Amino acid sequence: MGSITLKNVKKSFGGVTVIPDISLDIEDGQFVVFVGPSGCGKSTLLRLIAGLEDVSDGMIAIDGEDMTKTAPAQRKLSMVFQSYALYPHMSVRGNIAFPLKMEKAPKEKIDAAVNNAASILNLTDYLDRKPRQLSGGQRQRVAIGRAIVRQPKAFLFDEPLSNLDAALRVAMRLEISELHNKLKTTMVYVTHDQVEAMTMADKIVVLNAGRIEQYGSPLELYQRPANKFVAGFIGSPKMNFVEGAEAQKHGAHSIGVRPEHLTVSRGPGTWSGVVKVSEHLGSDTFLHVDVEGAGTMTTRTSGDVAFKHGETVGLTPVEGRVYRFDAQGMAV
Amino acid sequence: MATAQTQTAARFMMAPAVLLLLAWMIIPLSMTLYFSFQRYNLLMPGMEYFTGFDNYRYFFANPNFWAALTNTLVLVGGVLAITLIGGTLLALLLDQPMFGQGIVRLLVIAPFFVMPTVSALVWKNMLMHPVNGFFAWLARVFGFQPIDWFAQFPMFSIIMIVAWQWLPFATLILLTALQSLDEEQREAAGMDGAGPLSLFFYIILPHIARALTVVMLIQTIFLLSIFAEILVTTNGGPGVATTNLTFLIYMQSLLQFDVGLASAGGIVAVILANIVAIFLLRIVGKNLEA
Ligand SMILES: Nc1ncnc2c1ncn2[C@@H]1O[C@H](COP(=O)(O)OP(=O)(O)O)[C@@H](O)[C@H]1O
Ligand SMILES: [Mg+2]
Repeated sequence: MGSITLKNVKKSFGGVTVIPDISLDIEDGQFVVFVGPSGCGKSTLLRLIAGLEDVSDGMIAIDGEDMTKTAPAQRKLSMVFQSYALYPHMSVRGNIAFPLKMEKAPKEKIDAAVNNAASILNLTDYLDRKPRQLSGGQRQRVAIGRAIVRQPKAFLFDEPLSNLDAALRVAMRLEISELHNKLKTTMVYVTHDQVEAMTMADKIVVLNAGRIEQYGSPLELYQRPANKFVAGFIGSPKMNFVEGAEAQKHGAHSIGVRPEHLTVSRGPGTWSGVVKVSEHLGSDTFLHVDVEGAGTMTTRTSGDVAFKHGETVGLTPVEGRVYRFDAQGMAV
Repeated sequence: MATAQTQTAARFMMAPAVLLLLAWMIIPLSMTLYFSFQRYNLLMPGMEYFTGFDNYRYFFANPNFWAALTNTLVLVGGVLAITLIGGTLLALLLDQPMFGQGIVRLLVIAPFFVMPTVSALVWKNMLMHPVNGFFAWLARVFGFQPIDWFAQFPMFSIIMIVAWQWLPFATLILLTALQSLDEEQREAAGMDGAGPLSLFFYIILPHIARALTVVMLIQTIFLLSIFAEILVTTNGGPGVATTNLTFLIYMQSLLQFDVGLASAGGIVAVILANIVAIFLLRIVGKNLEA
């Protein structure tokens, strides 16, 4: 069991308000990702849940029980830190066993739990090594191992993959998702990378400047962004925004079209422009097109479409895939 | 910097310094070694002659030698124990955020800047004096008989004075070690359920172990040759209760004008220091490996 409820949580450091007012319900067993630009307060929010920071105001409940003033250790949550925070002088076994040792668990139980965690995480051959003798991915797994042996109510991850190279990041992303499927424990995962958020989450919390912009499933966020910020943040490449006369035609202050919802033609389209750069990824080709009166627009076409720098092309949005926003940036 | 070429270059560039250092050490050491085999008393100038190991025999035969050896070890051990434990505790205290942190730190470091003779005199005359001392006054306030520290607990008194001088050094080094502990490690340990004691023994102590080793080695080197504090307070007494090897050598050379005997004592002290150093490096040396 591990549902987490935040009610009107506020946090300021000295005079600086980092989190003005957040209320949030995280259901038991869900994989929830906090995503947002750097400095928007994701880590702070996670640390508030963990109990590493005190709330300035508001209430945090875990399983319906008020934990606002409870010490971190008593909240029964496990955290995986961005720097891994492994204990350098202890072996991998010592690191993973540490939380149980602190609980004064019997030796057989500790050994069983450590061996179990090690086999889940493919660490069995490394149990007697020190952290500094491990690669980044292995250290990451040790940190996760240390988190799972306690059988916590929920796992908290703070950008756990940001120190890994791209290939390893994709692999660990899968491993963490598999781990979630296996353990079915609540996970709260912080990242600034919307791809991680989209691929891993049951539900995504999009944060901006300490406020929740939208809370929903990845597809909800993709298909029905609540505002311009979410529309621009979710999806890659970014959504194209057009303001002014073109938007007026759709009866909105500004409109947005995702790159994958723009069809490219050699003849004239709704808009026409000159290809500035074309990026060939093999499977896809991204075209950056300079459109008169609308700025640069990005399109995503299939990999075999060959447009060259300097060619004039027509762009037409797919019917019903134009997002409209009012002057405040809210979706209409 | 591990290619053969850089290593050769490094050796060449270091050579002058190494040679200078070698001459610096070798010349006094060999002179001492030479004198230690000579019958050489300043009261009988011009009558030096080779005596073999006689000086060493006399030095070891001195009934005070074993007492001095024990005193040396007790002094070093006592001061080390106080400064390492006290230094760790003080460093933990100073690492807490508090009002006036900078000034408190400066005050704690201050004793290190006081000359040994001066601090020993201050302790002797202002703190431990049986009539005028602060401790005597304190004892009288509470209705106790004042203690004559240097007569009743001479070695303890010397240890206190020397420990007071070296505590800041230990504190300072250990404080920097403490401050280099990763904050996330503390937080991780906290979330893993470690209380203050577990945090100290499982996380903090291993982290500062290397600094403790360094403090211990450096202090040992200096503490083996404590002299000024003894000279201005107890003069090695009562009896030989506070005579360490350095003081014994001083008494023999300067009070008896026997340069040969004193040189033999000096060589013995050098050998002893090396034994202690090797011994210490053996026990704690593994902490120094990367
Ligand atoms: N201990 C602190 N003291 C003062 N300001 C802080 C502290 N921790 C975080 N902040 C500020 O709070 C804001 C959000 O930080 P953080 O939660 O770490 O952002 P994120 O993890 O989303 O990148 C930043 O502007 C940061 O400067
Ligand atoms: Mg962060």
